[in-house]
Amino acid sequence: MPAVKAIRGIGHQTINAVWRIGMATRFFFLTLMYSGSSFRRFHLIVKELFSTGVMSLIIIVVAGMFVGMVLGLQGYETLKRYGSESALGVMVALGLVRELGPVVAALLFASRAGSAMTAEIGLMKATEQISAMEMMAVHPIARIVAPRFWAGIISMPLLAALFSAVGVFGGYFVGVVQIGVDEGSFWSQMQAAVDFEHDILNGVIKSFVFGTAVTVIALFEGYDAPPTAEGVSGATTRTVVTSSLVILMLDFILTAMMFGGS
Amino acid sequence: MERTGIDLWVGLFVVVGVAALVMLAMKVGNLGTYNVSDAYRVHAYFTNIGGLKTTASIKSAGVLVGRVESISLDTQRYEAKVVMSIDKRYQFSKDTIGKILTSGLLGEQYIGLDAGGDTEMLKNGEQLKKTQSAMVLEDLIGKFLYSKAEEPAK
Repeated sequence: MPAVKAIRGIGHQTINAVWRIGMATRFFFLTLMYSGSSFRRFHLIVKELFSTGVMSLIIIVVAGMFVGMVLGLQGYETLKRYGSESALGVMVALGLVRELGPVVAALLFASRAGSAMTAEIGLMKATEQISAMEMMAVHPIARIVAPRFWAGIISMPLLAALFSAVGVFGGYFVGVVQIGVDEGSFWSQMQAAVDFEHDILNGVIKSFVFGTAVTVIALFEGYDAPPTAEGVSGATTRTVVTSSLVILMLDFILTAMMFGGS
Repeated sequence: MERTGIDLWVGLFVVVGVAALVMLAMKVGNLGTYNVSDAYRVHAYFTNIGGLKTTASIKSAGVLVGRVESISLDTQRYEAKVVMSIDKRYQFSKDTIGKILTSGLLGEQYIGLDAGGDTEMLKNGEQLKKTQSAMVLEDLIGKFLYSKAEEPAK
């Protein structure tokens, strides 16, 4: 009976999806539970901060620079029609601080650091390093997962802030230095329009949420990967795809909560 | 890499990230430009505030002296009550005029204060007696058409 088979297939898929979400949630709480020991051995977090944060610096700075420069060019073209080029600084700064900084930095972070985390943990599992740790009575979540989790959470807001700051200078470079928008109105209108709590702090909260989501997805996919070459490569792909979609969906929800009402 | 090398790079990363955040707060945001910690409050009634919003700036001679703290409708007089907090450094005389002005053609609305000649200064909680409401485009056009209609035909 092909119809019954198809319905059984849908049921299997649904149960599988719910099961994975449940496992990911359990994994997240386990990570939080075993985080204490990684704060006592802080050098583990520092080591992971190096590979997630410091190694992502160049891609973040270069991407931020170019995104800011494009915003400067496009914003100038549009604002010129209404004779309000002096509002270029406002446009560049608000666009970066509220949206593009957290979102694009998180997307880059997912593909640069998240995929590396998944591949690393997946390979550790494939080469049975994780089983070996369990044999030595070392809890793999406390030793491997928790330091990476905290490193991701610490580095993501810093990377997003850096992205926005570099982007503002990119917009300044194109708008003021190249095109010749008045420098005074560029900065003063920006300072008048960008509010610390409403804009900058909400951007930091966004990047914090994205950082948590990306690291949890990356770590879970790695920990859950089938211990084969194919399994690890599939898990790495799923990390990038899932975390990108989750970032964009969370961004809509957070934006609606933060800026929807006013 | 050596442990000290990693420590150095991570330290540098954290310092650069925090510096970016501070730069956003100070140079891009409004945290560095003005704080209302040491301020006194005065209020004023306007018949029409136009598009004035809370946290709009209050300027005198073009200098930022304070921010609009709250806007509400007074149902006793059916006028808008605007509470302003003004920096303690700037004292204004009792007959100061508050006007709702627009920066540029389509810009934000703000309150402009024109100091008067009174020797007594405004104190915390007092009221600005003389105000001038926001200009509303529809009223302006209406007045213009009305005055045109009154002109004798040539």
